[in-house]
Amino acid sequence: MRQAYIGIAILLVVGLLNAGLFLALSHLASVRRPTKVKASAYESGIDPLGDTRDRFSVKFYMVAILFIVFDIETIFFFPWASIFRELGLPGLIAMSVFVLVLGVGLAYEWKKGALEWE
Amino acid sequence: MILDFSSSLHIVWALLPEIVVAVTGLVVLMLDVFQRGSRSAPSAPWVGPLAITGLVGAVLANAWLLTLEVPAQNAQIAVDGFRIAMNFIVLGVAIFGLLYSFDWLNREGQFTGEFIFLVLMAVVGMMLLGGTRDLIVLFVAIELMSISVYVLTGYDRRSRRSAEAALKYFLMGAFASGFLLYGIALIFGSVGSTNLSLVTSEIALGTASNNPMLFAGVALLLVGFAFKVSAVPFHMWTPDAYEGAPTPVTGFMAAGVKAAGFAAIVRFITIELAPAAEFWEGIIWWLAMLTMIVPNLAALAQDDVKRMLAYSSIAHAGYLLVGVAADSPLGRSATLFYLAVYAAMTLGSFAIVYLVAGKGDVRSKLSDFRGLGWRRPLLGAAFVVFLLSLAGFPPTGGFIGKLYLLSAAVESGESVLAITLVLTSLISYYYYLRVIWKMYFEEAPESLPTPERPGLAFGFAASIGALALLVAGLFPGHGLRTASRAGEDLVPRAAVVAPGAAPSARPSGQDPAASRASSNVSEPER
Repeated sequence: MRQAYIGIAILLVVGLLNAGLFLALSHLASVRRPTKVKASAYESGIDPLGDTRDRFSVKFYMVAILFIVFDIETIFFFPWASIFRELGLPGLIAMSVFVLVLGVGLAYEWKKGALEWE
Repeated sequence: MILDFSSSLHIVWALLPEIVVAVTGLVVLMLDVFQRGSRSAPSAPWVGPLAITGLVGAVLANAWLLTLEVPAQNAQIAVDGFRIAMNFIVLGVAIFGLLYSFDWLNREGQFTGEFIFLVLMAVVGMMLLGGTRDLIVLFVAIELMSISVYVLTGYDRRSRRSAEAALKYFLMGAFASGFLLYGIALIFGSVGSTNLSLVTSEIALGTASNNPMLFAGVALLLVGFAFKVSAVPFHMWTPDAYEGAPTPVTGFMAAGVKAAGFAAIVRFITIELAPAAEFWEGIIWWLAMLTMIVPNLAALAQDDVKRMLAYSSIAHAGYLLVGVAADSPLGRSATLFYLAVYAAMTLGSFAIVYLVAGKGDVRSKLSDFRGLGWRRPLLGAAFVVFLLSLAGFPPTGGFIGKLYLLSAAVESGESVLAITLVLTSLISYYYYLRVIWKMYFEEAPESLPTPERPGLAFGFAASIGALALLVAGLFPGHGLRTASRAGEDLVPRAAVVAPGAAPSARPSGQDPAASRASSNVSEPER
């Protein structure tokens, strides 16, 4: 079983060597004439303003969390749907419980006003 | 009734206590949020009693599990005396933790509904942790418990300390979960199953011994558990997290999370991984040793009672690890008994600390306890019982528990651990008795406000807790018998593992290691 991984190991080593080699070569062989424009973060864009570590409104996080919850729900739904017939009634009940728990969470968020943007 | 796990309904019966708690949690959350007029309105007064009723229902369901007969233990959840005893302990922690918390929630004007919901969800995780026999369920249970407790740690949203504690606890806890998951992956990789009965028999058959991957997996699993029970050297987060968290939550964390962590260590490491004992014996021994010595010395230097109690709770993890290191039915029974006693005394002491600390948890210094015994005699008396029990003085349950641990350690030939336990307990007398000294032999200055009178629920919980500790110290027979029965009743029951895993529990994947595991397992059955 372990032999099956040797190919992957070789690929990994060769890939790393390859990448390292080209980085080193361009570092050693390239000609560098930095100007002020070339050294800026965006050569053709607006100059960056302020710090990147800015505070965001918590509303964005609420949306992100909601997205993740329903994203995961979908991930669970696909394999369940593909073997729906074999699982039968217990499978349907188990999934209903799962959706019910998610529904409780959504109802709570809704009632708490997390879905309102204002 | 006979439980055979062939029908899904029987799995529901086996999980009834957990289901009752989970449903109570969801119902409380929904009723609470829909009955509030506005978003900032306080919860209705019946929310607390509703949750307590649900928990009492779960206690009854758990007692009903005792009447079941389970001929074949092949499910992902065990139905044995150990799980039922752990469920009783955890449910007790939840009931008493909530009874203690109501005064704090009212005083600080915190939301009650969400608090109860989070406590109940953590309790479901803890109960599953004590009963599961599958590594995946173990991980889900530990995450359910941990995430709820992270949120509870930061429950006092406007307090900087609470937020800091929550962040520290979350980061360290996430790190620990990573270790745990990696350990699970390595064990799966070397054995080919997450089902513990298969893992155990595979190791017992010798196919996996001298396997460095399995060794690494067991070690990482232990690291993950050691984080959760805050064993030295994985304890760094504990003092900060315990000090910053709202005090009733600290009590709940110290009692519940630790109890559940120890349940998992006992079941997963000493029972299911018993054939791999050479891998973990030394680790547990050193964890126990360090966890007894380091926090007891650190606690000597604390002048904040809450932080002192946090160190004391780490030290108690060390005493409990002695019971685990004894690795015998007696050691497991002693661990169970001590966990129950420890839960009662820890919950009680942290609750009294928040009462003395006053609004905003500001006065928890040692000097703030001056004269408490004269100003609030009943509260002072209860605190004396809790502290004496933590120290291990004779008329209390703490003494009997330590005696039980000591006898288990000596019986297993771990005399060095036993001697360390006695010596470190002697050190701990200083910092426990110092609080009692302040309470009775020093005058309170005029400027120090008298703590508020506790509510009915608090008084009830504190008196029951203190009385229970005294009863456990004076008439320990019944408790010891129960603990010894539960400590011996763990699935799989025989020392030689009966590989009776059901076909349904076997992995159905195409992994060659998995099929190897199943074929090896079926051999002894012929």
